[in-house]
Amino acid sequence: MLKFLIKGLFRDRSRSLIPILVVSAGVTLTVCMISFMQGYLRDMIYENARFATGHVKIVTRSFSDMIDQRPLDLALLGVSDILDKWETQPQSAELLWVPRISFGGLLDIPDENGETRFQGEVGGMAVVMRPHSDSRFDPDIERRLLKLDDSIVRGRMPATPGEMLVSEQMFTQLDIPLGHTASIIGSTMFGSMVVHNFTIVGTIEFGIEALDRGGVIIDFADAQSMLDMEDGAGEILGFFPDFEYYPDRADGLKESFNAILTDESDEFSPLMLTEYDQNQLGAFIQYSGYTLGITMFAFVFVMVIVLWNAGLMQGIRRYGEIGVRLAMGESKGHVFRAMIIESLAIGCVGSVIGTAVGLALSYWMQAYGFDMSHYMTNSSMMMSNVMRAHVNLRSYLVGFAPGIGATVLGAAMAGAGIFKRQTSQLFKELET
Amino acid sequence: MKQALIEIRDMVKRYPMGTGEFTALEDINLDLCKGEFAGLVGPSGSGKTTLLNIIGSLDVQSEGEVNVLGRAIRELDGKGSARLRSHHIGFIFQTYNLLPVYSVYENVEFPLLLLEIESAKRHRMVMDALEWVDLTDKLKSRPAQLSGGQCQRVAIARAMVKKPDLVLADEPTANLDAENSHHILRTMDQLNRELSTTFLFSTHDQKVIQYLRRKITLFDGKVARDEQMNGVA
Ligand SMILES: Nc1ncnc2c1ncn2[C@@H]1O[C@H](COP(=O)(O)OP(=O)(O)O)[C@@H](O)[C@H]1O
Ligand SMILES: [Mg+2]
Repeated sequence: MLKFLIKGLFRDRSRSLIPILVVSAGVTLTVCMISFMQGYLRDMIYENARFATGHVKIVTRSFSDMIDQRPLDLALLGVSDILDKWETQPQSAELLWVPRISFGGLLDIPDENGETRFQGEVGGMAVVMRPHSDSRFDPDIERRLLKLDDSIVRGRMPATPGEMLVSEQMFTQLDIPLGHTASIIGSTMFGSMVVHNFTIVGTIEFGIEALDRGGVIIDFADAQSMLDMEDGAGEILGFFPDFEYYPDRADGLKESFNAILTDESDEFSPLMLTEYDQNQLGAFIQYSGYTLGITMFAFVFVMVIVLWNAGLMQGIRRYGEIGVRLAMGESKGHVFRAMIIESLAIGCVGSVIGTAVGLALSYWMQAYGFDMSHYMTNSSMMMSNVMRAHVNLRSYLVGFAPGIGATVLGAAMAGAGIFKRQTSQLFKELET
Repeated sequence: MKQALIEIRDMVKRYPMGTGEFTALEDINLDLCKGEFAGLVGPSGSGKTTLLNIIGSLDVQSEGEVNVLGRAIRELDGKGSARLRSHHIGFIFQTYNLLPVYSVYENVEFPLLLLEIESAKRHRMVMDALEWVDLTDKLKSRPAQLSGGQCQRVAIARAMVKKPDLVLADEPTANLDAENSHHILRTMDQLNRELSTTFLFSTHDQKVIQYLRRKITLFDGKVARDEQMNGVA
């Protein structure tokens, strides 16, 4: 019987082809939308993590209260002790550590006579670019996180103490050659004034507007000595070794870290934050999830309406067939179930086709991406300029719910119309 | 006394119409016995289709009793009426109503699928039925490829394949020319004699009437006359 029904279904193009096309199109869109959204969120999580938040971050309790300003005087001291203590815990092995210091100051470019040629405020970032005395801090990790090799536009990475990178945009405005001297005039962690001379050995561009507009990068150890922060750091970012963010694992680590190392009575005691705790990222991700859910729901709704209408019109076209089947002695329940089974078949075929097409498009979007830099010139968001889709298991499965759900619901609604009519009435509609 | 297949007592059928009701059948009393070859004759609108639909349990009377094969139509639920039709009643329609996407063979096979008859037996029964109507050379054709007369013969095979007790045929020749009409009637007459299947037609076609062995005349929703006929010898 089932074979008989399916045979009829696929012989009747208007009953199979059109709904399959509708479902495939809807599922394709769903899969692309989800993959694209996943790509967007994943990108955002990664961009934020590598430049700003880490997967987790250790700061002092009072630093965390003013984390947007990155106050140097509230920086973390005794970094080695803190990490030593934490690393007695078995779960600590999960993380790679990346210390950073953010500082502000005046950048002073002297001319040949040592007179000031240019002076302006700059933001500075100190990252580990040379082997550090604490072997946990591996320059290769920063190199990878900040994609330093790709981001260097001119010159080279700092290799000896006192070397500095400046942003390409700023360097162009300064109109000086590489190898020129630059001084940073700032204050130490404890508030005393400091002047430190650097050699500009390279320029850098991250492809992130917010970072590329102006700034200098120096080696972490140089910053420690310049800012009087021996064994100190503004913040220590922690990363999972595969550089993927795992919210639940991060929460677990945070809880055990804070239970062991945070002292509620000491505002300089260390505190761990997860990525989602920072920049309202967790709320944003959650909100995106809701938005996605609502969009999907609207999608299913529209598809059901379209399919229902298609089903309804077919229902009228099929009154004759259904009337005959009832006259032959098929029960209404059986006819209804048969319609549902047919719609399941349509839904499955449509979902498979739609998922295949959607995945193909998504993989393409994942591989090649879409360059958005023209649209993002004024953005301060930590977003990469190239948008990419991300395909994962969810992309494979997500289309089936709306695909099958919409066809079955559409068929059920069309089928209900047949139940409401007297059987003899189905013939009447046929005669006229 | 022969065994009564259909018993109708004081039956009335009304249709809701606007605010009031329209009486389509009234004061119907009829018995039909096993093996009869009977016709409901009357002008269009006299209630022939309505009566056939009630006997076939596709519709329900408003008043009175209708028993078909010992079952009260009014008492049957959806499953019960489906069972009555699938096991005991075959339908033939004016417009053939074959399923267009299925072949001749598959159309005839359908009632047997509903009865869940196993495939070897099913095949034999389908081939027998197609032999009765002389269509064994058209097994794989679709209805659209057949003439009207051939379609109606497929419909007869579909109605007869399960060897039902009763065949209800609503104006079976209305869309056919004279030659095909006679062919169809001869086929049904023969099946009636060989398998002693009871036939009840509705018609206002003189060609059909001459084959009847009982002629029940409906007029304005009432039985106007009920007479025995000779049929064809
Ligand atoms: N579903 C219905 N609703 C209202 N009136 C109907 C319905 N079906 C049939 N009728 C009316 O009942 C009368 C008998 O119809 P029908 O049984 O189809 O006659 P026949 O088959 O003899 O031409 C007609 O006047 C017709 O208009
Ligand atoms: Mg009629």
